[in-house]
Amino acid sequence: MSETRFTKDHEWVRLDGGVATVGITEHAQEALGDVVFVELPEAGREVEEGEACAVVESVKAASDVYSPLAGTVVEANAAIVDEPALVNREATSGAWFFKLRLADESAFAGLMDEAGYEAFLATI
Amino acid sequence: MSEATLNTTPLDALNRELGGKMVPFAGYSMPVQFPAGVLSEHLHTRAKAGLFDVSHMGQASLHGAGAAAALEALVPGDMIGLKPGRQRYTLLMTPEGTIMDDLMVANLGNDRLFIVVNASRKHVDLPHIAAHLPAGVTLERHEDRALLALQGPAAVAVLARFAPAVAALPFMGVTPATILGAECLVSRSGYTGEDGVEISIPGDRATDIARALLAEPEVMPIGLGARDSLRLEAGLCLYGNDIDETTNPVEAALTWVIQKRRKIDWSFVGADKVRAMLDNGAPRLRVGIQPEGRAPARGHTEIVDANGARIGEITSGGFGPSCNAPVAMGYVDRAHAADGTAVFLMVRGKPLPARVAPMPFVPHTYVR
Repeated sequence: MSETRFTKDHEWVRLDGGVATVGITEHAQEALGDVVFVELPEAGREVEEGEACAVVESVKAASDVYSPLAGTVVEANAAIVDEPALVNREATSGAWFFKLRLADESAFAGLMDEAGYEAFLATI
Repeated sequence: MSEATLNTTPLDALNRELGGKMVPFAGYSMPVQFPAGVLSEHLHTRAKAGLFDVSHMGQASLHGAGAAAALEALVPGDMIGLKPGRQRYTLLMTPEGTIMDDLMVANLGNDRLFIVVNASRKHVDLPHIAAHLPAGVTLERHEDRALLALQGPAAVAVLARFAPAVAALPFMGVTPATILGAECLVSRSGYTGEDGVEISIPGDRATDIARALLAEPEVMPIGLGARDSLRLEAGLCLYGNDIDETTNPVEAALTWVIQKRRKIDWSFVGADKVRAMLDNGAPRLRVGIQPEGRAPARGHTEIVDANGARIGEITSGGFGPSCNAPVAMGYVDRAHAADGTAVFLMVRGKPLPARVAPMPFVPHTYVR
């Protein structure tokens, strides 16, 4: 099973054969509330680490989703564009946002592991 | 403002017990949502009944012969003609003919007016009113009272189980009512576009009464998040977003608040400026905006024409759960204010197509 890592912007990242799948964490979807709109990057877009490349909006507010690492977008999840509420129901599984071919696969190890993210959540 | 310095309402402990997510709002710690979430709370209010703690709002009474005449000097509404047992929406005006606040005024009879002003403006409004009262008229603040709103198609039937007389209350009617032994004041009004009531309650009885209402099967607690999406769908202004001290009531499309007699006497503060805009036409107008796509456009979004020229700004915008679509309101130059006019909203640097749309987005269901 592939390992999941996390960012301080509340994205989760799962690496599989050089391609990282990115979504938002349970904490993030809970803080946002009912998601009503998602905007995703197009396949082929090159993104820098930390670049705002997707948008998730709840009834209350809009939030950016940042690319956790540098790379090229290979796929975006049309299912959450059609049904934004999926982000609340399946934040860490079916409601992934985009897949990224990493520019530098070794950078993945620099992200927080689950224990690190839990510790980070405890500080905020 | 830190959590420690925020004011709390008499329902604070209950709001927390119910799982309210507390946020700072107008100097108060208030629930933005409960565990059901904004979407469910919004839809529940339109389907059944939602209970809102709006105790942060400013409640006060004007007492004494001449109270209505004194208030008329400050607002464009007909206060002298407001009958006992009736309530009216009006505006406190600046000398520049702009809006100091919007408020509800009820005539309780016997030379007593009851007013409800915005939480964010009560520190401005109440001293302003007090400073303009003649001898014999006094302003009494009711800081010890709570205010609950019970809104939705089942709201009046629910409250009538406790106070049967409210079933007969007309829209914008006001009556004293005894609820679980507490002396309350009930008005048939609200801020959702639905039928419903607002209930002024002695602060020390507010929690009992809220618990009793919440025990009724139709009633769910509702936070400020759904309050905002409900009022936006209903096309109702939020002071500080859609109207403020830069807004003339004519451009805010609130000319209807100036009753006939006041358009003859023009005797309120700022009347000359309001009259001039009515005569010359407003340079910009508050309108509904319906985005054509799914992306919500929030407050401060720039509105442009087909050539990219700026023609206005969104003042309130978001997702309308009952519309199942984004909805917004804002100001556009007069030439672009007709219903159906194509406009573009600059969202994250991209022009998104939208149209000027009639409001409300969801029909009002007030009992007339």
